[in-house]
Amino acid sequence: MAAADELAFHEFEEASNLLAETSDAATASGSDQLTPQGHVAVVVDSGGSYGAEEEAEESDRTALLQEEKQQPGFWTFGYYQSFFDVDTSQVLDRIRGSLLPRPGHNFVRHHLRNRPDLYGPFWICATLAFVLAITGNLTLVLAQRRDPSIHYSPQFHKVTVAGVTIYCYVWLVPLALWGFLRWRKGVRERMGPYTFLETVCVYGYSLFVFIPTVVLWLIPVPWLQWLFGALALALSAATLVFTLWPVVREDTRLVAAVLLSAVVLLHALLAVGCKFYFFRPLPLEHLAPPLQAASLPPKLLLSPTPRARAT
Amino acid sequence: MAKAAESSGDPGTTSPRPLMRDLKAVGKKFMHVLYPRKSNTLLRDWDLWGPLILCVTLALMLQRSSIDSEKDGGPQFAEVFVIVWFGAVTITLNSKLLGGNISFFQSLCVLGYCILPLTVAMLVCRLVLLAEPGPINFMVRLFVVVVMFAWSIVASTAFLADSQPPNRKALAIYPVFLFYFVISWMILTFTPQ
Repeated sequence: MAAADELAFHEFEEASNLLAETSDAATASGSDQLTPQGHVAVVVDSGGSYGAEEEAEESDRTALLQEEKQQPGFWTFGYYQSFFDVDTSQVLDRIRGSLLPRPGHNFVRHHLRNRPDLYGPFWICATLAFVLAITGNLTLVLAQRRDPSIHYSPQFHKVTVAGVTIYCYVWLVPLALWGFLRWRKGVRERMGPYTFLETVCVYGYSLFVFIPTVVLWLIPVPWLQWLFGALALALSAATLVFTLWPVVREDTRLVAAVLLSAVVLLHALLAVGCKFYFFRPLPLEHLAPPLQAASLPPKLLLSPTPRARAT
Repeated sequence: MAKAAESSGDPGTTSPRPLMRDLKAVGKKFMHVLYPRKSNTLLRDWDLWGPLILCVTLALMLQRSSIDSEKDGGPQFAEVFVIVWFGAVTITLNSKLLGGNISFFQSLCVLGYCILPLTVAMLVCRLVLLAEPGPINFMVRLFVVVVMFAWSIVASTAFLADSQPPNRKALAIYPVFLFYFVISWMILTFTPQ
């Protein structure tokens, strides 16, 4: 259990940010009542033991927050518009939150504040897919400059592969995780699991750290590439684990350990798979004209034109 | 569209044929893209002929005689088409979901027309590639593509930025940046075989 003063600080921050958001809430020193939420009392000053009361209050508040937003039907445009209801500053704040995970800092509660968005996950995945394909291609270009026998080609199909892989990962793995957590919900009554969209949101934002990592993988030093990869994986998995920990710690130790290690393992598989698929030079059997290539002038750079070949 | 059925007028007048009028409208919009000012012409009289012509031209120029196997080659015609249209639709949907007040086809029109600088870059690159390969060749192509990429972004931002609420402008513009970046990449890595 964390120290009482850390909890006090956390409560104050949470409360003040919550008050800042709901503009029609009354603000006063001492214990406040948030008028939209009715009977939820936000204790602002320190003192007292937090423990169980804090968790109950938090779950009360979040349950009420979720009821507040009346959802239009899923066939209307307004339904989907509610998932894009974010500002630039909010998106940047969420990205920053995923880059710097802290042990007490639950991404869903602190950054999403139960208002998940689909803008972040969608465009982060799109960017990551394109960056993977482009830097993989650039690696091939740079490899060809060092070793002209490697045959360069734009390899455009890799964009499709990257896109499909990443989008499937960000949708299917949270689906499985959400389903599993809901199934286990009967075991714990304390804290409800996250909604599906919150899980997707966490996964989407946690992939952001891979974008600069993939760009850094251009540096052709193998141990540096593995170092960057391990660092990115650590940050990304830490975000996921710190977010899932409050939900999972109520469960039995075995289930918690298995779940968390499965999450980290899948994430590691994604990272390693991407590294191997997009960043390897072509094996020599796949070269189109390997014998002619040996007679190319050594200054051949990016565009082997027919004229240079037909010497 | 404003140019719908106007030939049902007085048979004695010598009004220009619909095709010429359409071509003139498309040409006028090309000029607006090349010299972007804050004007409403692209938005008011939107049409999708210009984007279609540009997309087909770009896709045809990005074709290569496939000595490579299909898997390893550059983008096929259909792939370029899909990327341009699917990308434009996604950006438009994104802009509308964020609360922008631009209509669906107006946004498609603007995004399609602003591919014009990149199509010009493709033409220039193909011409430059006829010359001797080497680092200068690559530098020239890189310079041209970068300049045209910036031009496309500036042109589309000039038309699209006003339709977004101010605290979400960056969120709406970033996908446009990504879209033109991918097209620029396809142009830059084009190698004829």
